[in-house]
Amino acid sequence: MSAKSILEADGKAILNYHLTRAPVIKPTPLPPSATHNPPSRLAQLYFAEDADVKGVLDAAETTYPWLLQKDAKFVAKPDQLIKRRGKSGLLALNKTWEQAKAWIEERAGKEQQVQTVKGALRQFLVEPFVPHPDGTEYYININSVRDGDNILFTAEGGVDVGDVDEKAKKILIPVDLSQFPSNDELASTLLHDVPKGVHNVLIDFISRLYAVYVDCQFTYLEINPLVVIPNADATSAEVHFLDLAAKLDQTADFECGVKWAVARGPAALGQPVPKADKVSIDAGPPMEFPAPFGRELSKEESYISELDAKTGASLKLTVLNSKGRVWTLVAGGGASVVYADAIASAGFADELANYGEYSGAPTETQTYYYARTVLDLMLRAPMHPEGKVLFIGGGIANFTNVAATFKGVIRALREVAPTLVEHKVQIWVRRAGPNYQEGLKNIKAVGEELKLNMHVYGPDMHVSGIVPLALVPGKKDKEPVKEFSGH
Amino acid sequence: MPAPTTNGVQTNGTGPSGPQSGSANDRIQRFSAPSRPLSPRSEHALFHDRTRCFVYGLQPRAVQGMLDFDFICKRKSPSVAGIIYTFGGQFVSKMYWGTSETLLPVYQDVTNAIAKHTDVDTVVNFASSRSVYTSTMELMNFPQIKSIAIIAEGVPERRAREILYVAKSKGITIIGPATVGGIKPGAYKIGNTGGMMDNIVASKLYRKGSVAYVSKSGGMSNELNNIICQNSDGVYEGVAIGGDRYPGTTFIDHILRYQEDPEAKLIVLLGEVGGVEEYKVIEAIKDGTITKPIVAWAIGTCASMFKTEVQFGHAGSMANSQLETAAVKNKSMKDAGIYVPDTFEDMPAVLANVYSDLVKKGTIKPQPEPVPPKIPIDYSWAQELGLIRKPAAFISTISDDRGQELLYAGMPISDVFKEEIGIGGVMSLLWFRRRLPNYAGRFLEMVLMLTADHGPAVSGAMNTIITTRAGKDLISALVSGLLTIGSRFGGALDGAAEEFTKAFDKGLSPRDFVDTMRKENKLIPGIGHRVKSRNNPDLRVELVKEFVKKNFPACKMLDYAIAVETVTTSKKDNLILNVDGCVAVCFVDLMRNCGAFSAEEAEDYLKMGVLNGLFVLGRSIGLIAHYLDQKRLRTGLYRHPWDDITYLLPTLASGGTGGAPGKEGRVEVSL
Repeated sequence: MSAKSILEADGKAILNYHLTRAPVIKPTPLPPSATHNPPSRLAQLYFAEDADVKGVLDAAETTYPWLLQKDAKFVAKPDQLIKRRGKSGLLALNKTWEQAKAWIEERAGKEQQVQTVKGALRQFLVEPFVPHPDGTEYYININSVRDGDNILFTAEGGVDVGDVDEKAKKILIPVDLSQFPSNDELASTLLHDVPKGVHNVLIDFISRLYAVYVDCQFTYLEINPLVVIPNADATSAEVHFLDLAAKLDQTADFECGVKWAVARGPAALGQPVPKADKVSIDAGPPMEFPAPFGRELSKEESYISELDAKTGASLKLTVLNSKGRVWTLVAGGGASVVYADAIASAGFADELANYGEYSGAPTETQTYYYARTVLDLMLRAPMHPEGKVLFIGGGIANFTNVAATFKGVIRALREVAPTLVEHKVQIWVRRAGPNYQEGLKNIKAVGEELKLNMHVYGPDMHVSGIVPLALVPGKKDKEPVKEFSGH
Repeated sequence: MPAPTTNGVQTNGTGPSGPQSGSANDRIQRFSAPSRPLSPRSEHALFHDRTRCFVYGLQPRAVQGMLDFDFICKRKSPSVAGIIYTFGGQFVSKMYWGTSETLLPVYQDVTNAIAKHTDVDTVVNFASSRSVYTSTMELMNFPQIKSIAIIAEGVPERRAREILYVAKSKGITIIGPATVGGIKPGAYKIGNTGGMMDNIVASKLYRKGSVAYVSKSGGMSNELNNIICQNSDGVYEGVAIGGDRYPGTTFIDHILRYQEDPEAKLIVLLGEVGGVEEYKVIEAIKDGTITKPIVAWAIGTCASMFKTEVQFGHAGSMANSQLETAAVKNKSMKDAGIYVPDTFEDMPAVLANVYSDLVKKGTIKPQPEPVPPKIPIDYSWAQELGLIRKPAAFISTISDDRGQELLYAGMPISDVFKEEIGIGGVMSLLWFRRRLPNYAGRFLEMVLMLTADHGPAVSGAMNTIITTRAGKDLISALVSGLLTIGSRFGGALDGAAEEFTKAFDKGLSPRDFVDTMRKENKLIPGIGHRVKSRNNPDLRVELVKEFVKKNFPACKMLDYAIAVETVTTSKKDNLILNVDGCVAVCFVDLMRNCGAFSAEEAEDYLKMGVLNGLFVLGRSIGLIAHYLDQKRLRTGLYRHPWDDITYLLPTLASGGTGGAPGKEGRVEVSL
C-alpha cells in the first residue's frame, strides 16, 4: 500500500469528472462553470492473452458508439504506464477509426521492447484527436514532497519539452492549505512567459486541477501536453489533457475510493448504466492499480496478493526471474530487502528469482500456502547444473511465534522433499524471535530426516549473514558462527 | 492480614501484604500520582525513567509488554498512566506488575485522561489508519503532550503530512506512522518494540549502553538491538521512524538529539532506498553540527539491479531519482566520513571496531554488568510454548471454533454444505457425534417436520400466543410455549418409547402388554386418537411407516407397535397407533438398528431424553410461527372472559381478621 501509478484513462476520467466538482481552495478569477464537463471519451481496450483481437475491437464499437462518427479522427496508444510512447513509436495520431483499428491490431498482444524492458501490449486507449493551434500546448506537473506540493509549469509542452526541472516555473503549495497562494502570486510565479490574455483562464484551470489533486489524493500528476484553447473573450477555455501520467495514494482509498469510483463509473463515461445485478460498494468500479509495464502478474503472484488481501498479515511475492537459481522465503519487510541486497552484492542479482516477504504473524496455514507457492515455482523451473539455493530467512521477530510459522514451512518442505534433492537445492535457514529454538530444532530435524542439504542458524548469525556463506566461495570455512545445534 | 488502607488506596508499596493470606484484591498494586511536579526534561531527552504515557487504543498485550519492561528496568511506577479507548465500556484494565497485579484506568475521551494525569507527556497511538488522523490531531491540542508515536500502517500521505506540519508548528515530536516505536533501555519502551521479554533480556535492553540508533524499519530495529548488544556495551536509545514516505520525524531529528545527549557516544543509522533524509545528516556532518561517530547503512542496494521497479515492503522504499537509491546514499555517507560497511553483513564488524576505538580513547567506559532480571512468563505464552499444563474446567467434544474452519464433530463446515448432509446430518453430528446413514438424517428431518406444529389450540401454542399478545419478545413467547412440554404435552414420545421398549424387551406378547397395562390401569402412551381411526387413518402415521419400512434395515419395534394397535383397535376403533407412538418406536428402531450405536449407547440416549429434544426442536418452528402470526395480526393483550371461568371461592369463617398468621380460622370449600 503506497503511492501507485494508475492508467492514463483512469487519470483522465478522474480529472474530467472532478475538475468542476472538487471544492477550490481559494476563489479563482473566473466564475465557477455552470455546467459539468461532458462525459470523457475514453475507449479502453483490453486484450487478454487469448483474446480475439478483432472481436475486442468490434465490441468496442458498441460500447463506444462515438468511434463510428463520420470523419472523426482519433489517437491510439497503449495505456500501460509506458513513458515516452511517442519516442518509442507507440503513438498513432490523427487516424480514422479504421486506421486506428489496423494500428492496434498490429500490436495487440505482441511483445514490445521499451528501453530495457520487454512486455506484451495488452491495454490500449483510443480517444478523439484534438487539433489545436500552435502556442496552446503547455506542460504541468504536480508532485508531492514533505513540506507541500510542487506545481511545475511551462508554456512549452509537448514531446520535446526537454529538461523541465530547469525550464519550468515552480511554486510550492504548503501542506497547510490556508496558506494557498493568491491568484496574483500564482500568475507571477508560474505564468511568467505566458501572454497576459490567458492568465485568468490558466489560473482558473491550475487552481481547479490542484483542487482535484488534493481532493482525490494524487501524489503525482503530469500532463504533457496540456492544451488550453481560450474562447474569444478569454472568460473560459477548452482544456484538453492529451497525455497524462498520475499516481494515487492507495492508502487513501477509505477517504477517496468513492470519488475514484464515481468518476470511472459508466454514467461518468457516457456509457449506458447496466442494470444492477450485482451490489458494488461504490457508484463505480473500484480503482485498479496496474503492474508496471513488462511485469504482468503471474498466476502465483495474483494468488499471493489475493491471500494477502484476505488477512491482517502481510504476504508479498514478486517473481523477478523464474529461471533464477536463488530463491528467498524471508519473513519481514525490512529483512527481505536486506536479503535481496546481500544476494545482489554477492553478484547474484540476475540469478535472484523472487522478492517477497511474509510478516505480521501469519497463521501456520497461510505460511504453508505461501511457502508451497514459492517452492512450487522454484521446482517447476528447469534444473540447474550447479543446483539452486533457497534462503529461509528472517530477522528477530517481534511477536510472531517462529515455531508456528515454521510449521507451515516444514509442511511445504515435506511435500516436495524428493524434488528438492533432485534439483540439488541448498537450504539456508536463519531466524530468531519468540520460540525460535523450537522452530529451528524442528526444521533441522526435518532437514536431517529428509536428507536435505540444509544449514540452520539462530540469532548469533547476522540477519543476512547466511547469504555470503552460501554464495561466496570459501566464506563458509572462515565463518566463526556455529550452526544451530538444536539445544 | 489486609493492608491498612486510606481512602481505598493501598499504602504499602513493597509487595503483597501478609503471606498468602490476602484476598485477590490484596494482590493488586496501586500507584498514586507523584506528590510534586517532575522537573522539566532536558530538550534532547524524549524519554527518561519517569516518563509516563497514555496508550491510545485497546492493546492489552502491548501494554503488558511495556509494564513488564518497566518492571525489569526497576522503574518505581509503570510507564503507562492510562489507556484511552473511545469505544469505552470498561473503566479499568487489569495488568500484571511483576507477579502482582495493578489496575490501569481506561478513559473514553482524551480531555478527561489529560486532566487526570498531568504528568503524562507522551502517547502511544495504536489507532487504525482510518482514525489515527483525527485522534492525533485531537491529542496535539493539549500542550501537555510533547511526543506521539503513531503505530498504524497505511496512513494516507496527505494526512501524514498534515499531522507533521501541525506537530512541527507546535514543537511536538511524532514517531511514525508505520513503526513499532522505539526504546530507551532501562527507562521506557514504546508498545511492542524489542519483541518479547526473552529477547529484551537477550539484547540487554533492561539497562542502558552507549549506542544510540535510528532506523527506518521497525522489524530491523530488533535486529539492530541484537547487533549492537553483541558488538558494544549495548543500546542507549533506539527509534524506528517508520517505513512511510513521510515519517513525522526523520533521521536528523533524532541524531541531533543524540548529538546533544552526553550519554550517547556512538550513533547507528539504518536508512533505506527512497526519500532524501539521509542527506540532511550528511549536511549536518559537513557543517559541523554533528561530531559524534556514526555507523550507517542504507538497505535496498539491490533495487537498481532489477529491471522493473519493485515495490518493497515499505511504502516509502521506492527511488524516484538517482539520489534516492541506496547505493548513492551509501556512497555519499561514506564520503562524508560516516563509517559505512561494504555490505550490511559487514556492519557488525565495523561497529565493533568503532566501539573498541572509543573504549581505547576512554570516551566509553564499559560498566559492570548488572544481574539480568527475571520476569515471570505469561500463562498464555507458556502454554503456547508447551511449558505448562493445567486441568481444564470445561470439556467439549462436539464442535470446535478455534481453527481455520468451524468443525462439527470433526467435520469442517464447508464439507457440511459440500456433502449436503442437511439439518438431519447436522443433528446427527452434534447430537450423536457421528455421521448416521442418509436415511437417518432424513428420518430426523421428517420428525421435525411432523412435529413442527399442531394448531393454535394445544397448550404450547396457546401459551406462546398469550405471551405474544402480552407484548413480550420472541424468546419469552417461545420459551413460555416450550415450558409446557413435559409428560403430558409432547411427552407422549418419551413415554411411548419407554413403555413399548420395556414390553418388547421383556418379551411380552402384544396382547400381554395391552392386558398388563389395563390391569395396572395405565393408558398406553402413543395409542389412541381423538378422531382418527383404523378406517380413517392418520396420514402422518402412514408417511412415517412407509418411510421406515422402505429405508430402515429393521423395524422390529414398529412391527411390535402395529401388532399392539391390532389388539387395541379390536376394542375400540380409534385406539390406533398415533403419530407420537409411531415416531417414538421408529426412533428406537433407528437407534438400535442403524449400526451406529451400541445397545448401551442407544439405551443411554433414550434415557437422556433425546426424543423430547426432537419434539422441542420441531415444535419451536411452530411456536415461532405463532409468535410471528400474532405480531403480524397486531393482536392486543388477551384477557380471558369471566364467563369462561368457574369461580369457586372458599368462604372465610367470621372473625378471621386480626388472627395470627396461620390461625385465621378454618377455610371451607363448599361445592
